[in-house]
Amino acid sequence: MTDTKTITDTRGFGRKLADLDKTAVAPFLALAALFVLGALVNPNFLSIDNLLNVLTRSSFIAIIAIGATFVISAGGLDLSVGSMAALVAGIMILFLNSASIDGDVAMLATGIVVALGVGALAGLLNGAVITIGKIEPFIVTLGTMAIFRSVTVWLADGGSIAMKSIAMRNMFRPVYTGVFLGLPIPVWIIIAAGLLGAFILYKTSFGRHVIAVGSNEDVAKYSGIHVNRVRAMTYIIQGICVAIAVVVYVPRLGAATTTTGMLWELQAITAVVIGGTALRGGVGRIWGTICGAFMLEIVGNIMVLSNIVSEYLIGAVQGTIIIIAMLVQRTLQKKK
Amino acid sequence: MSDNPSKTATVPVLEARGIAKAFGPVEVLTDISLRVMPGEVHAIIGENGAGKSTLMKLMSGHLKPTRGTVAMDGEPVSFAGPVDAEHRGLVLVHQEILLAPDLTVAQNIFMGRELKRGLMVNDREMNRQSAEAVQSLGADIDPTTQISRLSIARRQLVQIARALQVPHRVVIFDEPTASLTPFETEALLKVIRDLRDRGVAILYISHRLPEVGAIADRITVLRDGKLIATREASELQPVDMARLMVGRDMSKLYPEREDTASHQNVLEVQNFHVPGYARDASFTLRKGEILGFAGLIGAGRTELLEGIVGLRTGHGEVKLNGNPVKFKTVRDSMAAGIVYLSEDRKGKGLLLAQDLRTNLTLATLEKFTRGPLIERKREDNSLDKAISDFDIRARRRDLLAGQLSGGNQQKLLLAKMMLLEPSIVIIDEPTRGIDIGTKEQIYKFISDLAKTGKSVIVISSEMQELIGICHRILVMRSSRIVGEVTGEAMTEDEIVVYATGVKINEAELYSAGNA
Repeated sequence: MTDTKTITDTRGFGRKLADLDKTAVAPFLALAALFVLGALVNPNFLSIDNLLNVLTRSSFIAIIAIGATFVISAGGLDLSVGSMAALVAGIMILFLNSASIDGDVAMLATGIVVALGVGALAGLLNGAVITIGKIEPFIVTLGTMAIFRSVTVWLADGGSIAMKSIAMRNMFRPVYTGVFLGLPIPVWIIIAAGLLGAFILYKTSFGRHVIAVGSNEDVAKYSGIHVNRVRAMTYIIQGICVAIAVVVYVPRLGAATTTTGMLWELQAITAVVIGGTALRGGVGRIWGTICGAFMLEIVGNIMVLSNIVSEYLIGAVQGTIIIIAMLVQRTLQKKK
Repeated sequence: MSDNPSKTATVPVLEARGIAKAFGPVEVLTDISLRVMPGEVHAIIGENGAGKSTLMKLMSGHLKPTRGTVAMDGEPVSFAGPVDAEHRGLVLVHQEILLAPDLTVAQNIFMGRELKRGLMVNDREMNRQSAEAVQSLGADIDPTTQISRLSIARRQLVQIARALQVPHRVVIFDEPTASLTPFETEALLKVIRDLRDRGVAILYISHRLPEVGAIADRITVLRDGKLIATREASELQPVDMARLMVGRDMSKLYPEREDTASHQNVLEVQNFHVPGYARDASFTLRKGEILGFAGLIGAGRTELLEGIVGLRTGHGEVKLNGNPVKFKTVRDSMAAGIVYLSEDRKGKGLLLAQDLRTNLTLATLEKFTRGPLIERKREDNSLDKAISDFDIRARRRDLLAGQLSGGNQQKLLLAKMMLLEPSIVIIDEPTRGIDIGTKEQIYKFISDLAKTGKSVIVISSEMQELIGICHRILVMRSSRIVGEVTGEAMTEDEIVVYATGVKINEAELYSAGNA
């Protein structure tokens, strides 16, 4: 209300520190706290092997959640990512099994392209129905969640879809188990996806438009932004991220089952929210999201290592985390 | 007014005794002492940021003073909160509309205090009483209508009706007429006079100085959180009020009118329709011209122009510099050099939760990118330039747009849209909710635009403002353009005749007996 004429330079470090958004720092503090907790519970927790293992296992959720960060910061929601992962995995394996192209390498490469295409198309379906049909994203993706899952079950004939070619399996496996410069390949993929996601969200005009649409759709529209196009695009990005996660997932087991990707939507949304992205849109934090995905996996890891709480309760713990994260976010926002 | 018996009472029903309020280290209100007598209308005027709303919140229990006390009937009171204040007969009518849009008029009026018959709500009785309450405000609204189907003005009336349902001895009105038409305003002023005659004390905040002169018995002027003067209303003309508010002479609010309009038509609109809002609209806009759109709220002015620039569906012939054009989306019209600044700055103009830089460049991001990358340095430079060109006063560069005052938000919105380098600028309610000092700047800016050969369309409900700056004024009534006034004929009377379809003396008749 009361504006003064002075415009002070705000680039000083001290001020920057004072201004640091608490919601942006909170996830990293929480991660640090989990490290301490893990170390106390079991000294093995801090071993490099264990940590790299945790990072590797968090890769599916981390990659999917990067896409979810786009959807959610544009004010949307995608509940279909888990089923979509199963569907993309199923179709990818069916394509690999068709052996329609000569040479395993060419086959694998094309399979990856097919996966990315199916993911993008599934995302486009979500985005198109939401924007053109003007239907709540919650409802649309609840519908496609059932559709994708059911189609997968039908494709698998109620069982599982496995890669037939042992040679191809062996060739594909390093994508999950391989190590490059001391880091597992999936970790590199997280880093690459995170860098690319952060670049798009923070540095490009599309990213700015995503934030604008999530912040206030009307303002975006009156500023000449194609709101529907931006919104649909976030779902396509989500689909592509799901496909990338699938490319990391398939070599792990070499199969897609009817339970592939079960509850991944819960974990992806939890990772996004505990990472500091606002569920109402307008704020997106890629690195917070990745940090959130690590935290979820670490919680699971600590549960396994500690025997305090049965690991069967992991879903309950993750569910509790998302609720607590929302409470913390709300409290931090009120204080601002 | 002078023979009002209750004015002789000596104990103020509500009193501020040297109250001050600080937020953190900043004192926004300093040592205000104010006495409100039963049966008087006490107006509080001041620029935005002068502390009017804070003062009202202190006196109605929404905030607690840092120093000093509030007293009722001579006894110091400390309100536990607004509800406590209401129990003591002190009601605040908010400026913002706080109603549930999906509920009916009656459901809103009785929300939280529903009338019951046994276990069930008594809708019939609530509807009846609501209809009465609304009628007493001079409006005719079906109590079973959903709020979302009402115009802003009517929602405001419902809100006032709701506030007055509580037994009250002091009623505080915070800018109650901001969205009302002259008729509705007159009706509301009548209600206020009735309240006063019943011995209710009224605190009345408004920007509209003539209206304050017409309703107030006493006037208190605030400036920069300090009380400048409390005077009898009869001693103050609007010009004097403005001078006290701003602390300098305000007689030259409008810039010198210059005949910048050429004969060259830049925009020609023929038989334009916007379904539900505008019919058969035809007009032309000349290069260098400032064209006003007057009319009552709901006459279809905003919707007509939103239709023309592609923000809503509409059809008709539009020619830009003689060439037929069709704007399917607002991006098309922006590309053609037409910008529209919404009347709803907070809802459609700016991202309140984002910083100034993000807001400034939002409509023109492609000008700030190299490849896919936004160049923040150039954005920052552009913000520096906007801050100095448009005199945007922000404590800090990294403020959020929502933390700026209304006037500075408008300047930021102007800066944002001017980055599109338009040749035609459409400004909807350019000075709504803006203090006088900033108004003057905005008028100057509009007039400068015309001087540089740009054309401006101003939509406004403030007739004085249109008369002050426009070369020509079109008047809309019920979805149609019904008249055009220019030159000597640009008077409020003339505009009101077109806007209401009623001769002015009839309108005076309508409001006679109230004064």
